[in-house]
Amino acid sequence: MTISPQEDVIRCEGIWKIFGQKSQKAMEAIRCEGLSKKDIRERFDCVVGVQDATFSVRRGEIFCIMGLSGSGKSTLIRHINRLIEPTAGAVIIEGQNVNAMNPRDLRALRAQRIGMVFQNMALMPHRTVRENVAFALEVRGLPEDKRNAVAAQAIEAVDLTGWEKKYPDELSGGMQQRVGLARAIAADPTILLMDEPFSALDPLIRKQLQTKFMELSAELHKTTLFITHDLDEAIRIGDRIAIMKDGVLVQIGTPEQIVTEPADDYVAEFVGGISKLDLVTAARIMQPLAQYNQSHGAGDVTAWPVAGPGDKLNTLVDLAVGSEHPILIKADGAAVGVVTRRALLRGIQGREDQSQPQAEAV
Amino acid sequence: MDKTFDWLNPFASIDLGIGEWADGIKGWAMANRSVIQPLKGFFDGVIARIEGALQAVPPVIMLLLLVLIAWQAAGRRVAVLVFCCLVVLGLLDPMAWSLAMTTLAIVISSVLLCVMIGLPLGILAGKSDRFELGVRPVLDTMQTIPAFVYLVPVVMMIGIGNVSGVIVTIIFALPPLVRLTSLGIRSVNPSVVEAARAFGATPRQILFKVELPLATPTILAGLNQTIMLSLSMVVIASMISVKGLGNEVLRAMGRLDAGKAIVGGLGIVMLAIVLDRITQGLGRSGRQRGHRHWWQTGPVGLVAALLQKRN
Ligand SMILES: Nc1ncnc2c1ncn2[C@@H]1O[C@H](COP(=O)(O)OP(=O)(O)O)[C@@H](O)[C@H]1O
Ligand SMILES: [Mg+2]
Repeated sequence: MTISPQEDVIRCEGIWKIFGQKSQKAMEAIRCEGLSKKDIRERFDCVVGVQDATFSVRRGEIFCIMGLSGSGKSTLIRHINRLIEPTAGAVIIEGQNVNAMNPRDLRALRAQRIGMVFQNMALMPHRTVRENVAFALEVRGLPEDKRNAVAAQAIEAVDLTGWEKKYPDELSGGMQQRVGLARAIAADPTILLMDEPFSALDPLIRKQLQTKFMELSAELHKTTLFITHDLDEAIRIGDRIAIMKDGVLVQIGTPEQIVTEPADDYVAEFVGGISKLDLVTAARIMQPLAQYNQSHGAGDVTAWPVAGPGDKLNTLVDLAVGSEHPILIKADGAAVGVVTRRALLRGIQGREDQSQPQAEAV
Repeated sequence: MDKTFDWLNPFASIDLGIGEWADGIKGWAMANRSVIQPLKGFFDGVIARIEGALQAVPPVIMLLLLVLIAWQAAGRRVAVLVFCCLVVLGLLDPMAWSLAMTTLAIVISSVLLCVMIGLPLGILAGKSDRFELGVRPVLDTMQTIPAFVYLVPVVMMIGIGNVSGVIVTIIFALPPLVRLTSLGIRSVNPSVVEAARAFGATPRQILFKVELPLATPTILAGLNQTIMLSLSMVVIASMISVKGLGNEVLRAMGRLDAGKAIVGGLGIVMLAIVLDRITQGLGRSGRQRGHRHWWQTGPVGLVAALLQKRN
């Protein structure tokens, strides 16, 4: 089997989750009559947790789902390893339909191919750090010396060597969540499911753990589904972000797309306060060279500072501070566009420079 | 009472014959005694063997053994208390120790059976709401019905003696173990169980590796209750010819013999304190022990430490 980098490892196809006794009837009513969530609650006494979620996560990608609390994120992520059965729809992992698996295969999938980290850590209080980390291996029936060796590696990866024999309640919150992370990666799974892993931690510890996680992630290349209610965290960590609102995925895209092209007012309001400096690229705010030359006349560009189309606003600001000229954007050695001061300032604001027609986003 | 039907007092003139119906059951039980006898013989043998073993150990050795067990399970202070109680028990009367061992044998037999029956029932009740709903009124009945009510049918079916005594004791002492086992299973943090599921544990592994270990303190509290209730039944059980300390109390009542009453009564109290303290010590969580394993504390820990020092 050849693995292409674009291959989907996780695919969710039209996942619906309706909580309640009459969930199937409610589902039918939604299909046939197109009822709203409110109607469903009134007529069937059911709660719609997730509404028609479709997305896929590619191999090695970190896919963030961002939404306020109660928006259905935890419900959605629990469908991936089938801790929750969907009311409709299916989850496909590496081509296998998880919802069609028998209990045995499902357990093997959970023990070997999926690691999960929980918001409340959910460590086993009666087990030492090592016994917690080795749990997935123990469940699979690995002999003790072997699983201890594997656990030692995972514990080292999260910098907890020396704490193996402690119990969870002897550790600080940040350390407990590192144990949770070690437990998730111990069995060397392909997929990591992380349900708000750092939300319960102090800001400083959270930042530390985010950094640790990104280091680990760069090293291990796990396909990761990462849940958070913090847009900054999503932008920091995610290759792509999905915004969830009241059970619906309202927008899926790269951090830059989410910030610069919000799909609706809800997302726009969310991303309004986000700094564009490290997100928006030169390609998005530049004006094609030909257009610039038309309005300003072709000048001598040799003294102009030069940047690439992928450079972020931050870099452009540095260049602009050191020079009186506009910035020339070169791709593969050829000049493709110009960023004027005006466009740069507007870009930082998150608005377009109205005085000049914009270049197409790349 | 005359035979005319009185609307204001209908109950006096209606006779459903429940008493006779129950007598019919008695007849059936008498007729089928031969089926029950082999079973009775088996359990009689088991109880006799337990008692034989307890009586065979010299009192001083037994006393030391119990003190060591108390030390291991509950620490040094409890061990001292247990030592004092046992000495008081022995000094009450030349026969007191032997009587106490007989009573202990009945209590041990009852509690063993309670655990064998109660633990699985409690686990089932903890896992299934329907089973819990069904079993709860039965447990309530077992605890509220006066012992004298079931004393009669049990004796009719099985006859007097230790086996009947144990059965009567079980009926009274079983409920808290079932209840607290169920409670213990139910109060395990669901997110920990979910984590176990997420890492591929089977329902069996979840039960034995997560739920039961986490429910253990609660289950041990139930065991403690069961032991105490078993002990509180010894006087009633002695009415159906169970020997031991309870019998002393019963005989003292008959003859208004204050001396015997004190020997029996104080003996039961001493035994109760000993059993209670030891089982309460078992129920303490790992945190209270300072996260040490049981083999790192008490006499076993001491011996282990000494051995390690020598090596
Ligand atoms: N077992 C359940 N029964 C009924 N409603 C539920 C259940 N689990 C979650 N919900 C509802 O589904 C919605 C989404 O919950 P959740 O997925 O936990 O949100 P999030 O993780 O985004 O905070 C909430 O409104 C919650 O009340
Ligand atoms: Mg949640």
